[in-house]
Amino acid sequence: MFDTLEILLDATVRAGTPILFATLGAIINERAGIINLGIEGLMLIGALAGFAATHYSGSLLVGILVAFVATYIAGAIHALITVQLRGNQIVSGLALTMFGIGVTALFGKGMVGLTIDGFERIAIPGLSSIPVIGRPFFNQDILIYLSFLLVYLIWFFFYRTRWGLAVRTIGENPAAADTSGLSVSRYRFLAVTIGSGLVGIGGAYLSLASTPMWIENMSGGRGWIAVALVIFAGWSSPRALLGAYLFGGLTALQLRFQAMGTTISAHILQMLPYFFTILVLVVSTIRLQKGAGQQPEALGLPYDREDRK
Amino acid sequence: MKLVIERREISSRLFRFSAPLVSIAVALFVAGFLLLAGDINPLAAYQEIIVESLGSRYGLSETLVKTTPLIFAGLGVSLAFRMQIWNIGAEGQLYMGAMGATWVALFSGIQNHWLMLTAMFLAAFMCGGVWAGVAGFLRARWQVNEVIVTLLMNYIAILWIDYLVYGPWKDPRGFNFPYTAVFADTARFAEYFNTRLHSGFFLALACALILFLFIERTIWGYEIKVIGSNPKAAQYAGMQTGMAIFGVLFLSGAIAGLAGFSEVAGLQHRLQHGISPGYGYTAIIIAWLAKRSAIGVVIVSFLLGVLFVGGESLQLTWQLPVAFVYAFQGLILFFLLASDFFIIYRPRLIRR
Repeated sequence: MFDTLEILLDATVRAGTPILFATLGAIINERAGIINLGIEGLMLIGALAGFAATHYSGSLLVGILVAFVATYIAGAIHALITVQLRGNQIVSGLALTMFGIGVTALFGKGMVGLTIDGFERIAIPGLSSIPVIGRPFFNQDILIYLSFLLVYLIWFFFYRTRWGLAVRTIGENPAAADTSGLSVSRYRFLAVTIGSGLVGIGGAYLSLASTPMWIENMSGGRGWIAVALVIFAGWSSPRALLGAYLFGGLTALQLRFQAMGTTISAHILQMLPYFFTILVLVVSTIRLQKGAGQQPEALGLPYDREDRK
Repeated sequence: MKLVIERREISSRLFRFSAPLVSIAVALFVAGFLLLAGDINPLAAYQEIIVESLGSRYGLSETLVKTTPLIFAGLGVSLAFRMQIWNIGAEGQLYMGAMGATWVALFSGIQNHWLMLTAMFLAAFMCGGVWAGVAGFLRARWQVNEVIVTLLMNYIAILWIDYLVYGPWKDPRGFNFPYTAVFADTARFAEYFNTRLHSGFFLALACALILFLFIERTIWGYEIKVIGSNPKAAQYAGMQTGMAIFGVLFLSGAIAGLAGFSEVAGLQHRLQHGISPGYGYTAIIIAWLAKRSAIGVVIVSFLLGVLFVGGESLQLTWQLPVAFVYAFQGLILFFLLASDFFIIYRPRLIRR
């Protein structure tokens, strides 16, 4: 009984981690007031860049760094268009997703079938032998530990530092931030690019840890689930962790059902995460209107100094 | 010297009219470098796209075949755009429309050709409409983000069709391939000129005309335009914005559903796994490029039809993944957004 629970929890954390990175990245974007619908494409770019770099360099660290840099640059396209050129954020994000799907299909063609040694588990002495939660939380790969750290750091950044306050102000009221001498465009640009880089690490988790290989379109909608989870999380990183593991758990259960040889069609089981995401989105939106959590006031609106009143 | 950005007093007409063409040209140029990096000669590839899609009578007919679902889906998405509603789910609505039409074709037992096609039309219309209507209801009732809902429902629709064609609807004589039995002749469109061009194309053109008249000549069309451009004013004028949001998304999905009807009745003659290579996603860029005009949708659909025919050909000759078409479409959108900036703003060097 405990064994089953431990295995399920372990699979939950591993399936939730790529979504967690992506959701954290999306939160950083949206906190500064920029909607990024390119998450799905960024995950693919991160997955392919990370895999290719690891394959050629033989180093997982290089793979993660390259994934971050590649998606940082791809995110810069979105930032340039939405921040500097004040373009439509929804269209630019969709374009980024399309671009990511297409480019990774082209450059990933030669990568299909290649293998690498993926991330291995590192047991934390003592903690990892706790029953039930030991293995899922304290005997994991280093990226999962990094994700725990990031959840805390992002919370700390937004609520305990001056720069975090600046980003939040810019997301709420860019005109006021501008008046007080903050560079709206600089902060927004960095929020989009750094957030995109985190999404890229989430993508790289798929190709370097979950299944150490490259498969065309391997993100399979996780980026969109992350976009929805931002609303569930109320733009807060600890709640993002909760949301991501909720979906990790659902995926783990679904895989377990399939492994047990259930008579329910695999296609129907695969629908569950998407169906559930919509459900969660509806519930969190209603909660949001009742005053739970707060959407950044200026989310989705381009800022033009000439409009300042 | 210093570079300043200032707003134009009048938006630039030159930029506005040339922007779509310039964007496509620049996207072609940049995509060329991507192709080069992928070991494909871009000039040869572009030449092949043009020759294959426009260079012969058959090629041209194939382009029109690909244009057909793009027009339906593009019209659907563009109708929602009119009201600042984002329907990113045309792909799923296409699949559900195809499902509705297929159900009628295989299981209704109708014998009369015209009755059959009418019933298939209505089934596709309703299935696509209801699929988008869910997002419309959620948006109208609780302001749930329709972008995410319509998009996630694409995944559900595609998996649902897979469930059907791998499971209960699988052709018993199909050697286990993921498709349904083939339609009887009563459930098929006529084909023309010894090509695969079918009546769906003309239905799509008629649909564009009707939608144009609906928007420009009816009170509902007027309301949609007002709500889209100024929701506050619409509310003061007593317009039912909630009802309108639901209605427009329903209609938008219903038209996209017709793309599925046209594909199964005119081209594939059965429902199968992967009936659309992403027409529904391309519809978004069509609607954006066409700037809300129904006639524009037809023209842009044709241009992108060229891209799909060319893309399929490049897949055969150069093993170029079909998904590369998306990279190209993404680039067009990027440059289109960038050029929008120069319609409204003007960069100027000033001396200090």
